[in-house]
Amino acid sequence: MSLASVPNRRCVRITGVRHGGMSCRLMEMGLITGAEVRVLRRAPLGDPLQIRVGDCELAVRASDADLIDVVDL
Amino acid sequence: MSNPGVGIDTHTQSGEGPAIAGRPPRVALVGNPNTGKTTLYNALTGFRHHVANYPGVTVSIAHGFVREATRPMELYDLPGTYSLAAASPDEAIVTDTLCGHGEVAPKPDAIIAIVDASNLTRNLYLVSQVLEYRLPMVIALNMVDVAESRGLSINAARLSQRLGVPVVPVVATKPSTVKPLIAAVEAVLERPASANGVKLPPALVHEAERLVTCETCACAPTQAVRLLLYKGGHAEATYQRCGGSLEHLEQCREKLRKAGIDGPLIEVQARYAWVNDVVGGVIMRPDRPIETWSDRIDSILTHPVGGMVALILVLYGVFWSLFSGAGPLMDLVDGAFGALGRLVAGWLPEGVLSSLIVDGVIAGVGGVLVFLPQILILFAAIAILEDCGYLARAASMMDRVMRTIGLSGRAFIPLLSAFACAVPAIMGTRAIADRRERFLTIMLAPFMSCSARLPVYAVMIATFVPATKLLGGWIGVQPLVMLAMYSIGIVVSIPVAWLLRRTLLAGPAAGFVLELPSYKWPQPRVVYQRVYQAGKSFIVRAGTVILVVNMIVWALAYFPRSESTRSAVEQQIQAGGWDDATREHELASAYLRDSYLGHMGRSIEPVIAPIGWDWKIGVAVIASFPAREVVVATLGTLFHLEDDAETESLRAALRAARVDHTDRPLFTLPVALSIMVFFALCAQCGATLAVMGREMGSWIYPVISFVGMTTLAYFAAWGVAAAARALMNV
Repeated sequence: MSLASVPNRRCVRITGVRHGGMSCRLMEMGLITGAEVRVLRRAPLGDPLQIRVGDCELAVRASDADLIDVVDL
Repeated sequence: MSNPGVGIDTHTQSGEGPAIAGRPPRVALVGNPNTGKTTLYNALTGFRHHVANYPGVTVSIAHGFVREATRPMELYDLPGTYSLAAASPDEAIVTDTLCGHGEVAPKPDAIIAIVDASNLTRNLYLVSQVLEYRLPMVIALNMVDVAESRGLSINAARLSQRLGVPVVPVVATKPSTVKPLIAAVEAVLERPASANGVKLPPALVHEAERLVTCETCACAPTQAVRLLLYKGGHAEATYQRCGGSLEHLEQCREKLRKAGIDGPLIEVQARYAWVNDVVGGVIMRPDRPIETWSDRIDSILTHPVGGMVALILVLYGVFWSLFSGAGPLMDLVDGAFGALGRLVAGWLPEGVLSSLIVDGVIAGVGGVLVFLPQILILFAAIAILEDCGYLARAASMMDRVMRTIGLSGRAFIPLLSAFACAVPAIMGTRAIADRRERFLTIMLAPFMSCSARLPVYAVMIATFVPATKLLGGWIGVQPLVMLAMYSIGIVVSIPVAWLLRRTLLAGPAAGFVLELPSYKWPQPRVVYQRVYQAGKSFIVRAGTVILVVNMIVWALAYFPRSESTRSAVEQQIQAGGWDDATREHELASAYLRDSYLGHMGRSIEPVIAPIGWDWKIGVAVIASFPAREVVVATLGTLFHLEDDAETESLRAALRAARVDHTDRPLFTLPVALSIMVFFALCAQCGATLAVMGREMGSWIYPVISFVGMTTLAYFAAWGVAAAARALMNV
């Protein structure tokens, strides 16, 4: 399952980040294997996703979130 | 140093004490964005700062002296970054400065790393990288109050012990709390602490070590690590610039690939593993996350429906304050400079000197300063929205829209600023990491209707657009035309962006990740500083260019001033028996007609005639090259007006203007509309073009912009005039 398909207000754990798009920056921001992510909501036009990783909230495009593999907690 | 950063043994400063001879120590402030870095900088320097513009670079960073230090200490405020992987121009500045080959600031003797206590893990990622430059360092632990509101508590003493560098809690918004930080910086300058850095895989360290020994340009071992892991990054560009062999680098990378080390992931993982070790037992968390008021506000302001409504209301509020607030101030500035001009004109004997000072210098300076109120108000609004955290949400909500034209939400803020002035807007694009996206944002900025267009719209609409009300008196035609003028730039920029994305700036679209900081009350000082910077950059960068071009236009309009023009008018005066005022006006307009500018206006007449313009409008268009609003003043001169500040008389004169040797009115609604459309779309702004060239590092882009926009403006003006004539059957 990718982060892009996680419904709002659901917590997941990252199992891997595939290379591409903004993957480098996302990893630097803390989206690495093992990290817990909560999808808070989606922007009014459905994209980007507003997520919380660690203590930080980020806006991430669905296309980038698609590179992040997650499992339910 | 007991445990050097990446385990590479090179000579370090530790143990030797700071090697500073005969100058105050330099301290650099580094940290993530949204950590209160600027606030801390203000608290440390007592808000006295000096922004340096270094030759050859486009970035200016604040530096000043630390107040309340026992001896002079210089502080440099480096741009906020998440990482030193140098993906954006801002990140490259920090990396280069820490290396000591930056052009923006000299190599620091010590570093203050500011970290956000409410977001410690992510902040320590950058710290882990900065540690490897092995400069004496102190950590300023800021925003402890925000952390506490979320139920987090940080054990600063334990953090300091783990990192091996002093950690000083500060409240950047309270200048009285920064004293211990200054003391700690003074202490590490005397006796650097030994920091505990990240352990990277031995094979990587080994290759980095070899690269350092064989390539002298790699200033810090950590730089070499980055060079090995990030293909095509800033480190690679620096490496190649100082003569490093790409072939050799590839060999090193290949060796690492065989050892299973490929790409930045390995570094990121090693760093986060280190950070997690460091923060274990340092951060105390509540059992259940606390919902803060920031979260509650966000659930409204980014709500699928409420969010959009809020965004529209906020933008409406910004533009409302812009127009209602700036108008009287602009009139004040305009009036003051008009009065000053008349005063000086009264003192000085008539002649070239008087004209140079009154029409060249005073009118030029006034023409620059008249925009200051709008620019200051818009930047104050943007600074307040940015500092309270809303602008990041607005940018993320706009991302979906901006993406359709090949931009991201990040471009939203600069393009919004461009409605006041394209110059600070273009400089504000530096935070955009992707080069193509940054360039596209810069090239679209002049399409946004800046404050210099407003006087043109205002005069033309008030004079020629009927004050009819529609829909039972609710909507006036005049405001509608004004709205149309503001929209036209936005609408046209869409196909322009599409075209640029497929030609000049073709390539993959930029990505977008944005941190959404917690909401907080805006800091008046931060807002003041933003506004001050925007105002200053406008006056310095735009003002000087506008002034110089204004002088050139003045000279073109003044010379040759031949005796034959004078005698011809004198003859007419005697024949006509005119009074003194009419005589003055006749003479002024005759001089302008026979000036170099007048000749230029007549030479372009065949080109502009299809739109319905005569040579006088041609002159006004050429004269307004330095700044669009000059067109109003030029029209005033052309149509016999002593005082072009009195728009009421200008309106009357424009209505009375006739096409040469006929009774046909020169200005009709189609002509007025075409002038407005032309000015909405043209690139008649020397300052914007100059800043464009400087920021993009090439004169090709401003040339393309100018030629492209002028062509577009010409055809649009022609089209509008033709359509209006067809509709009105004239």
